[in-house]
Amino acid sequence: MTTDVLHDCVLGQSHGQQVLFVPKDRYIATLRKLIDDSYTMCVDLTAVDFLTHPGRTLPEAIAPERFEIVVNLLSMRDRTRMRLRTQVSEADASIDSAFDLYPGTEAMEREVFDMFGITFNGHPDLTRILMPEDWDGHPLRKDYSQGRIPVQFKGSAS
Amino acid sequence: MSDLLSTVVSAGTFEGNQELRSRSELTAKEVMREVGAVLRMSEADVALLAEVEADPGEDQTMIINMGPQHPSTHGVLRLMLELKGETVLRCKPIIGYLHTGMEKTGESLTFMQGGTNVTRMDYASPLNNELVFSMATEKLLGIDGDIPERAVWMRMLLSEMNRMSSHLLFMASNGMDIGAVSMMLYGWREREEVLRFFQKVTGLRMNHNFIRPGGVAADLPAGWRDDVLEILEMLGPRLDEYDTLMTGQPIWRERLQGVGVITQQEAIALGATGRILRSTGLAWDLRRDMPYLHYNEIDFDVIVGSYGDAFDRYAIRLAEIRESMRIVRQVLDKMPGGDFRIQNKKVTPPPRARIDESMEALIHHFKIFTEGFKVPEGEVYVAIESPRGEIGCYIASDGSATPYRMHVRAPSFVNVQALPHMMRGGLVADAVAVISSVDPVLGEVDR
Repeated sequence: MTTDVLHDCVLGQSHGQQVLFVPKDRYIATLRKLIDDSYTMCVDLTAVDFLTHPGRTLPEAIAPERFEIVVNLLSMRDRTRMRLRTQVSEADASIDSAFDLYPGTEAMEREVFDMFGITFNGHPDLTRILMPEDWDGHPLRKDYSQGRIPVQFKGSAS
Repeated sequence: MSDLLSTVVSAGTFEGNQELRSRSELTAKEVMREVGAVLRMSEADVALLAEVEADPGEDQTMIINMGPQHPSTHGVLRLMLELKGETVLRCKPIIGYLHTGMEKTGESLTFMQGGTNVTRMDYASPLNNELVFSMATEKLLGIDGDIPERAVWMRMLLSEMNRMSSHLLFMASNGMDIGAVSMMLYGWREREEVLRFFQKVTGLRMNHNFIRPGGVAADLPAGWRDDVLEILEMLGPRLDEYDTLMTGQPIWRERLQGVGVITQQEAIALGATGRILRSTGLAWDLRRDMPYLHYNEIDFDVIVGSYGDAFDRYAIRLAEIRESMRIVRQVLDKMPGGDFRIQNKKVTPPPRARIDESMEALIHHFKIFTEGFKVPEGEVYVAIESPRGEIGCYIASDGSATPYRMHVRAPSFVNVQALPHMMRGGLVADAVAVISSVDPVLGEVDR
C-alpha cells in the first residue's frame, strides 16, 4: 500500500480512492481540518467489525483493532471524495460524535450504535434506530449469528 | 406467567426511548438535533431558537403519532409530531418497521447472488441499486475498465428508464397525497408502460437482478428500440398534460409553494442529496459532476430549483423525466453492438448453448452459481445518482466469495432525517406534502 501523509495522518490509496487513517484521539480534530479543506458534506458513516478477519492489509503504522469506523466525505468544490478509517478497540468501543460538525451524521451514528454497539460520545440522542428498543445484542457484529428457520421436508424420518 | 414475561422483557438491552419526549423533558441538545447544529445557523436563526425555549410554562402542545400505517407515509414511516393547534413544532421520524437486516444477509450471499438482495432495497428504482453494487464489485475485481461498451450503454439506458419510472411513481403518489387523485391513476399508467419494457428486457417488472458484476444478464430483446421509442413518444404529450393538470393550477401551487423549505446550508449539513439539495439551487448531480458509465459523453441539463420548497422538488422531478428522455434518445443513437457481458471466465458463466455440449462448461456454470467467484481483499466505496439522491455502496472484502461487509448508503435514509427541518413551523396538512416531496422509499430507509 503506497502511503502519504495528510494532517499528520497516514493517507493511503484503495482502488484509486483516497483513504485517510485517522487515530481515534484525533478523529474530530482531523474532521475539522478536512472541513477547512472543503470537505463540507459527510455522505456516509458506517462501521466494519473485523473480528473474523484481523489480518487485513493496513499501512504499517496502523495497529488493527476489532472495529473500524468508516466515514465518507465529499468536497463539492474540488469534486473529490475522502474516506476516513478509524480503528476502535473492542475494550473501549466508543468514539467522539461528529454531530457538531456534520449534523447529518446523527442518524448514521445511531445506526452504527444500533448495529455494532459502538457508542458516540456527545451524541444528542443515542438510541436504537432500526431495531426495537428492547432488542438483545447488535446484529451486524460478526459474533451475532444470522439465525435461520429450520427446514422440514415432507415425509422425512424426523 | 406474567412474572416470566417480565423477566424475559427485562433481560433485553433497553437502549433508551426512540420516541419524541415531551417538551418539559427537552434538553438544549434535543433542540439542536431538531434544527441542526447551531454553528451552521445564522445569528438571527439562533436568536429565534432562544425565543422558542423562552415559554416552557405554557405547555399547550400535544404529541401525536402519524403512521406507521398512515396512507401518506409511503410505507411504514412513523412520525411523532408535536402540535400546537395545527402547527407542527417538532417532529421525529421513527423508522425500522421494515428492517429485515439486508446488510447482514448480504454478508452471506456471494457477489453473484448479491444483486438479488440489493435490488430489493429501493424497490422503486431497483436497477440503480444493482448498478451501484455491480460497479463496486467490479472495482474490487479490477475489471471496472473492461466492461464491454454495449453493457455500459445498456446500463445507462436501463438506469435512465428506471429514473423515469421512479419519477412517474412520485408524480402519482405526490398527486394522491395532495388530493389530485386522478394524477395517481395517470402516474401509475405511464409507469406501467416503462415496467412493461423492463419485463420484456429483464423478465420481471421489479427486483430484476439484471445488472450483474461483469455486465448485464442478457442482451436486449428484438424490437427493443421500437418499444423505447414508443414510450418516449407516448410520454412527451402526457408530461404536457401533467403540466396543464398540476403545474399551472392555482390550488396545486398553493399547496406546495413555500411549503417544507430547506436552505442550502441545512441541506449540505444534513447530507441531503438529490432533489432536496438541487431544489435549494445547488447544481450537484453525480452524473455530471463525478461522471460514471458514459455520462460525460451525453448532453443533458442538471435541473435546479431556487426556493428549496416542495413545489421546486415537484418541478425538478417533472423536468428530470424530460431530461431522462433526452438521455435515452442519445443512448439509442449511440448503442453499440458487441458483448453484453465481460468475457472473463472468472466472473462470467458460460453461454447456455455451451453447457449442452461441454462437460467443463457445465462444471464451470455450476461452480460459478453455487460457489461464486473470489474477490480480492480490499475495500471500496462507489456512488451513483439514483432517482432519490446519492446511492453508495461500501464493500469490504476479505478475499472470499462473499462480501465481508456490504453497506449501502441509502439516499432516503439520510433524506428522511431532513423532515423535521422542513416541517418546523408548518401545518399538519403540509406535513403530508413534505413527506411526499421527499419521496422516501421505506425499503431503502430500513434495509
